[in-house]
Amino acid sequence: MELHDLTAHELRQKLDSGEVTSRELTEAFLRRIEQLDGALGAYITVAAEEALAQASAYDEARAKGEPTHPLGGIPVALKDNLVTRGLRTTAASRILENWVPPYDATVVERLRGVKAPMLGKTNMDEFAMGGSTETSAFKVARNPWDLSRVPGGSSGGSAIAVAAGMAVWSLGSDTGGSIRQPAAYCGIVGMKPTYGRVSRYGLIAFASSLDQIGPFTRDITDCALALNLICGFDPKDSTSVDVEVPDFTKALQVDPKGLRIGVPVEYLSQPVDPDVRAALDKALKLLEENGAVIKEVSLPSTKYALEVYYLIAPAEASSNLARFDGVRYGLRVPASDVPRMMEETRSKGFGPEVKRRIILGTYVLSAGHYDAYYKKASQVRTLLRRDFDKAFADVDVLFAPTTSSTAFRLGEKTQDPLSMYMTDYFTIPVNLAGLPGLSMPCGVDKDGMPIGLQIIGRPFGEEQVLKAAYTYEQLAWPKGAGREWRAGREVAVDVR
Amino acid sequence: MEAMDVRPGAAAGAEVPRLSTADVAKVAAQARLRLTEEELEKLSGQLSDILRMAAELKAIDTEGVEPTAHGIPVYNVMRDDVVVPSMSQADVLSGAPEKQDGYFKVPRILEEA
Repeated sequence: MELHDLTAHELRQKLDSGEVTSRELTEAFLRRIEQLDGALGAYITVAAEEALAQASAYDEARAKGEPTHPLGGIPVALKDNLVTRGLRTTAASRILENWVPPYDATVVERLRGVKAPMLGKTNMDEFAMGGSTETSAFKVARNPWDLSRVPGGSSGGSAIAVAAGMAVWSLGSDTGGSIRQPAAYCGIVGMKPTYGRVSRYGLIAFASSLDQIGPFTRDITDCALALNLICGFDPKDSTSVDVEVPDFTKALQVDPKGLRIGVPVEYLSQPVDPDVRAALDKALKLLEENGAVIKEVSLPSTKYALEVYYLIAPAEASSNLARFDGVRYGLRVPASDVPRMMEETRSKGFGPEVKRRIILGTYVLSAGHYDAYYKKASQVRTLLRRDFDKAFADVDVLFAPTTSSTAFRLGEKTQDPLSMYMTDYFTIPVNLAGLPGLSMPCGVDKDGMPIGLQIIGRPFGEEQVLKAAYTYEQLAWPKGAGREWRAGREVAVDVR
Repeated sequence: MEAMDVRPGAAAGAEVPRLSTADVAKVAAQARLRLTEEELEKLSGQLSDILRMAAELKAIDTEGVEPTAHGIPVYNVMRDDVVVPSMSQADVLSGAPEKQDGYFKVPRILEEA
């Protein structure tokens, strides 16, 4: 098997045995990026020099016998809204096209701490606003399983990189599904941890009460390893929560008899592609046959989740994006006075989707509207949270589709924001309630496109989510889902 | 700003705001954005759609329900009042489009007297 096909825990053995060095591994991935990324558009910036320097630092430390971390020396990619000291960070926006941050995000500090070579910064929807990576100001991103389709979004580049073997794992951010949805579309694992589990310091803010950083990986074991590295309290993020971080690899147990799975009836009554529904049913049946208990639960407020989200997220975005004013960093379009300079800068720097959300958010937050929109939405958010609390009294995890269908075609939904927003139906409630949610491959549709299974846990219930996910993975796809499908049919990019 | 015109919308019975292009231009100005006529036209339709959708929330009984701001309740986080190193002035100014004498420089704000 090729190096780019292996998981982090498989590569760990090769690094530990000395069969391969981190530098060789990093070179192999950089070559792979050079071969494929022209067609796929996963990376906005490739940081070859920096990655190789980091790899050599890892190899030297290992040669000296210094202790290594399970993800040390393993090449990783970062969504381009995670700030990296000395390395351009754009959020896929013209307004930050040439910005080189003077500091590192906390998660980036942690990657540097274990000497993980950072291959580069990945393509995304501008300021993470979108579900297809089509609002990127810089380049088109394509799904590695079918180049005519979107990879999903907003963390599309991070998902492509892992799915196409251009990074072993990657980091993204998830505000309404931006990790789980592209993971589903690209046939890999993606997880949004509990709100407050991972520091958001250095994550370019979209909607602060919803944003959370999380990993994309090839399997559940790598997901647990990534969580071990990135989770934990950070004094620099006042919303990060000071609770104990367990060793998540301890949750990697096959234990179907110990699983109580809830299936929300509201999700089942939603129109879903028959192939997606069949894949979910098949996964549930497999677990039930192996001893899991499955019961229906109700989340009645789900029907309002989209409405709540599309008030809260733009409101917070309009406030967060007020800082891009041409004064301190980023683009400045010169003009005769300050108000004109700000208007010129923002009008030129932001793309249409970002402008749309800023304007909606400004309207929603303006005097006379706050109570009717933001406050009302925040109260309904409480009702949603209570629904989940009630459901979790009887079950450990919830199973649901990640998306109602598989990856759609490029351009298919760009003209109609509401239809694009509808693709987030199953992922948004999880952000509103602040819960952990994971998407993993559970089959392919009639066109051979990957289908995602979503597993949702109670607050700080990542261990139960991982245990359920690992149990299903080992029962259904012991050799790895993506790998099994690829064996039968080459990934689109490999034939080119 | 004052509340905008609320006219009966397309949805049966529901009072939903319909934004005119002038309304959108006004909000855009507050957000320091300038839009073309074409963008204004498109946005007034799209924003009205979203607000129509949002109007459905009005019917929900939320009497006495506390708003949720965060998934996990965190209140008034304080830290010890201790001096710690912060970013250097050079780092802070490193991305400035224009700077002078250790300050961010902007175009004229006040008219000459």
